Amino acid sequence: MLSWMIGGAQGSGVDSSANLFAYSISSAGYYIFGKREYYSNIKGEHSYFNVVASDRPVRSTIDPVHILASFDAETVFRHAHEVVNGGAIIYDASQEGESLKNIPTIEERVKTDLSRWLRDEGVGETLKDVLTLAKRRGVKLYPIPYMDLIKKTGEILGEQQLTLLMRMVNTMAVAASFALLKADINRLHRGLTYAFRAKKAVVEMNFAGCKVVYDYVKSNFSDDFPISLPNRPLPQDLVLVNGTSIVGIAKVVAGCRFQTYYPITPAADESVYLEDKQVFDLNMVDGGDYEYPHLAENRQLSGKGHILVVQTEDELAAIDMAVGASLAGVRAATSTSGPGFSLMVEGLGWAGMNEVPVVITIYQRGGPSTGLPTRHEQGDLLFTVFAGHGEFPRIVMASGDMEEAFYDTIKAFNYAEKFQLPVIHLLDKSLANSTQSIHIPNIGDVVLDRGLLINEHLDGKSGYKRFQFTDNNISPRAPIGTRGAIFWNTGDEHDELGHISEDPVIRTRMMDKRMSKLELVKESIPTEEKVVIHGGHDSDTWIVSWGSTKGPILDALEMLREEGIDSISFLQLKILHPFPAEACSEILSGAKRIIDIEQNYSGQMAKLLAMEAGIRPTNWILKYNGRPFSSTEVADAVKDVLSRNTKRVVTNRGG
Amino acid sequence: MTVTQKLTAAHFRTPLFNDWCPGCGDFGILASIQMALAELQIEPHRAVVFSGIGCSSKTPHYINVYGIHTVHGRPLPFAIGAKLANPDLTVIAVGGDGDGLGIGAGHFVNAGRRNVDITYILYDNGVYGLTKGQASPTLRRGLKTKALPRPNINDAVNPIALAIVSGYTFVARGYAYDTRHLKELIKQGIQHKGTSFIQVLQPCPTYNDIHTKEWFAGEDKIDPVSKRPTPRLYKLEEIGYVAEVQSDSEEERVKRRVEAIRLSYEWGDRIPIGVFYNDPFTPTYEERIAGIAPVYLEAAPAWQPIRTKSLRPVADVTNIFNELKVVQ
Repeated sequence: MLSWMIGGAQGSGVDSSANLFAYSISSAGYYIFGKREYYSNIKGEHSYFNVVASDRPVRSTIDPVHILASFDAETVFRHAHEVVNGGAIIYDASQEGESLKNIPTIEERVKTDLSRWLRDEGVGETLKDVLTLAKRRGVKLYPIPYMDLIKKTGEILGEQQLTLLMRMVNTMAVAASFALLKADINRLHRGLTYAFRAKKAVVEMNFAGCKVVYDYVKSNFSDDFPISLPNRPLPQDLVLVNGTSIVGIAKVVAGCRFQTYYPITPAADESVYLEDKQVFDLNMVDGGDYEYPHLAENRQLSGKGHILVVQTEDELAAIDMAVGASLAGVRAATSTSGPGFSLMVEGLGWAGMNEVPVVITIYQRGGPSTGLPTRHEQGDLLFTVFAGHGEFPRIVMASGDMEEAFYDTIKAFNYAEKFQLPVIHLLDKSLANSTQSIHIPNIGDVVLDRGLLINEHLDGKSGYKRFQFTDNNISPRAPIGTRGAIFWNTGDEHDELGHISEDPVIRTRMMDKRMSKLELVKESIPTEEKVVIHGGHDSDTWIVSWGSTKGPILDALEMLREEGIDSISFLQLKILHPFPAEACSEILSGAKRIIDIEQNYSGQMAKLLAMEAGIRPTNWILKYNGRPFSSTEVADAVKDVLSRNTKRVVTNRGG
Repeated sequence: MTVTQKLTAAHFRTPLFNDWCPGCGDFGILASIQMALAELQIEPHRAVVFSGIGCSSKTPHYINVYGIHTVHGRPLPFAIGAKLANPDLTVIAVGGDGDGLGIGAGHFVNAGRRNVDITYILYDNGVYGLTKGQASPTLRRGLKTKALPRPNINDAVNPIALAIVSGYTFVARGYAYDTRHLKELIKQGIQHKGTSFIQVLQPCPTYNDIHTKEWFAGEDKIDPVSKRPTPRLYKLEEIGYVAEVQSDSEEERVKRRVEAIRLSYEWGDRIPIGVFYNDPFTPTYEERIAGIAPVYLEAAPAWQPIRTKSLRPVADVTNIFNELKVVQ
C-alpha cells in the first residue's frame, strides 16, 4: 500500500496533478482512494490531495504519508511531519531558503506550533531546517530543480516562452513520484490523456516534461525507495468516480429527468456534471419496449434521452420547482448542502403534506451557519429527520460509499414514488470530493418501481380523488395533464379531492393516512436495505455508525484484525428514518459494548438509537474538526476505547 | 383529441362555497380567468393554476382545472417546474401583492430572466387581507389604511416597472371590476409566448378603505361641468399607445421599455390600464433549452419513458462510464 500526497496553492494545478497521479497509477493496475482537502477560496490558499494506492480495493486514507510531492514551500512546512521514516519528500530545490514567517497563507496557530517545534529541535525556520529534521529521522529528500528542467523541456520542444511551460511543475512532481516508485512512465501518458482530455498538444508537452523529470530522478538519485509499483494486470471495468459523479449517473439510470440546484459547495458538482451529461443514450433492453407516459401523446424518442437541469434563484425555488415537475409526473430531484436544505424546509413540508415524491440529495458539510463550507461533517442527521413544522412522513437514508450511493440513489426514487413522499438522501463532503476506483455498477438488476402512478387518460366518470382513502393509505397518483383526473393540492389540510378542509374528522383521517405510511415503509423495505452487518452476528463488541465512516471503519477493522483484535462487528445504518428500531434491537441484543462512531459533536445517530430503540452506546468516537476519519485514526480510537474504556474519544487528525 | 363540446365559463367552475368577503375584487379576477380559459377553449385537464398563500391564492380551488395551492410567495417556481416538465400544459400562476412582491420578490425577478411560457396574475389590493390588513409592498408611503395603527413608512414597489426591468416579455395591468377588459388581457397573456405578467388593481372592501371601488371610479372627483365623477382609470389602447416591440433589436426593446416604465409611474388622478409592454421576439426558456439540447422538443421530462415494460431503466450510461474508465 502506498500513501501519496501532493499539495500546493489552490488554482496552481493541485487537482489536475492529483487526478493525473490517481488515474496513472490506476492504469498501472492499482486500486485507489483519494481525499481532497481545500479552503473556501479560489486561488492562493493551501490545498492537498492524499491518494492511497493498493493491489486490493481501498476505501479510505491512512495518516502516514510515504511520498510527499510538492512544488511550493508551504506544502512541506505543513505536511513534512506526516511523512514516515523512510518516506520521501519531493520539493523544489530552489525554495530551500524560504522562511516560515514569509508564508502568509499558513494560519497563526499552525505557524506558532511549527515555530515552537523547530525551536525545540534547535533549528531555524527555513524550509531547509524542516528538511534537515526530516532527513535526520530517515526521510529521503528529492530536491528537484524544476526551473532548470522546465528550461530543458523548452529546449527539447523548441518552445521559447517558458511561462507556457510553468504550469507543468505539478505534472513534474507526479513524474518524480513515478520515478521513485519505479512505475511505468507510459502510464503517465495515459493519465495525461485522461486529465487533459482532447488537448493533445498539452498532453505531449506535459509528457515531454515528465520524461525529463523522470530521467533526472533516475540519474541523480539512488533507486532505493522501498515502495515500488510496477505494472499489474488491470482489474476489469474499473472506473474512477467521486460521490457527485456517481450520484449524477445514478440519477440518469433512475429515470430522474428534472434536477434543480442553487450553487453550493460541495453539492453543486453533481448538478454541473449532470448538466454536462444532460443528453444521454437509450438502451434497447427488452427490444426497446418502452413504457411511454400517456402525456407523451404519441411522441417517440429518437435515440437520446434528456435530463433537464435548472439552476434556480435560491433553494426555495430549487425544491419547489422540482416538486412542480414531480406533479407533472416526472422523477425529480434537487441537490444541496446544509445551508441550502435550511431554505428547502418549507417546500419539504408542502411535499410531505401533498404526498409528492421528490428526492433531495444532501452533501453535508461543516455547520452550523456557513460553518466549514469545504470541509466534512455528518451534522445534519437530526435536522433532516425532524425538519419542518408539524408532522409529515419522509424517508432519510444515508450511503456509506460510492457504490452504495449509486444503488441508493435509484432506491431513493423508488421509495419516493412507491410511498409518495419526500426522500432525503444523505451524503457528505467526504463522499462528494473523494475519488475512488470502483467496478462499474451492475445495472442489470435495477428495477424502477413507480408505485401507483396512473399512466393513462381516464374517462372522467371515475370521480378521481387524489387523496382517496385506501387500505394501505397510498392513493393512485395522476400526473397533471391527465384527462379525467383533475385534482387540487394545498398546503392546508384537505379532503380527498385536495380542497381545503378544517373538518376535525377529516383532519384526523388525513393525518392518519399520511403518517401511517411510515409504518408501511417499515414493513415494506427489507431489513438488508435498512441496516448492514459487517462481521459476525454474535459479537460482544459492536461499532454502530452511518454514512461515509463506513470506509475508514472497515479498513480500521482490517488493521485491528491483523493485530489480533478480531471480535468487533460493525452495524451500519442505511435508513435513518423511519428508524430501523426492531432490527437494531435484535442485532444489538447481546452486545456488551456498543461504540458509536460519527462525525459530529453530539452522536446524532446514537440519540435516535436511544429514542427509537432504547439502546444507549457505551462509548463514543466522535470527530468534528472538518476532516474525515482516516482508517488509522479510527483504529487508534477503537484501541483507546478497548484498552481504557474511554467514554468519549474526540479525534482531531487531518490538516 | 377533439373537443366535443364547446367549453363555457361554467365548465371552469367548481361547486365549492367561495369564502371571499362580499364585494371582493377577487371575484372579478376569478370570473375573468374562467372566461378567458373558456374563450380559448382550453380543455380543463390541460390547464393548471398555481397559487401562493393569501385570500387570492384560494383561486385554484374555485377553478375546474388542475389547481395547486402552494407555499407563500412561491407559485412561480412550482409553476415553472410543471411547465418545463410538460410544455403542453397551459400554466397560470396567481397570487397577491404580498405573496408576489414581498415574500416572493426573488422569484418574481428571476422568473423574468427565464421567460418560461406561463402567465402570472398578481392580485394587487395594497394590503395583506388574510392576516387582517397589514400594509403590502404596493401600498404607498404615508397611507394609513383601515387596519394600520400608524401610516405606512415603507415606499411602494412599482410592479410594472419591476416586471419590465426583470425581463418579462408581456406586461399588462387590468382592473378587477372591468372583467371584459381583464379577460382579454388574460387571453393575450396566455397566448403570448413567454412569461406574461398581469397586475390587477382591486379594491379590498374590508381592509383597504383608500383604494375603494368609488375611488377608482373617481366619485371624489366630480366634474364641475357635467357634475359626474371623473374615473381614474383609462385604457392605454384608447390613447394610441404602442406596447408591442416592433423588431428584434435591443435598441427597440429599450425604447419600448423606457416608455412603459415612464407610464407605469402615472398614478393618482389618472391611472393607465392595458398592455404596457409586449415583446414577441425574446426566445422562451423552452426554446433556449432546445437550443442546447434539441432533443428537449421531443423529450420534455414528462414525455419520456424512463423504464421498459419489464420495469428496467431505459437510460444507457455505458458511454458515461467509459469516459471514467481506467485503461492501460
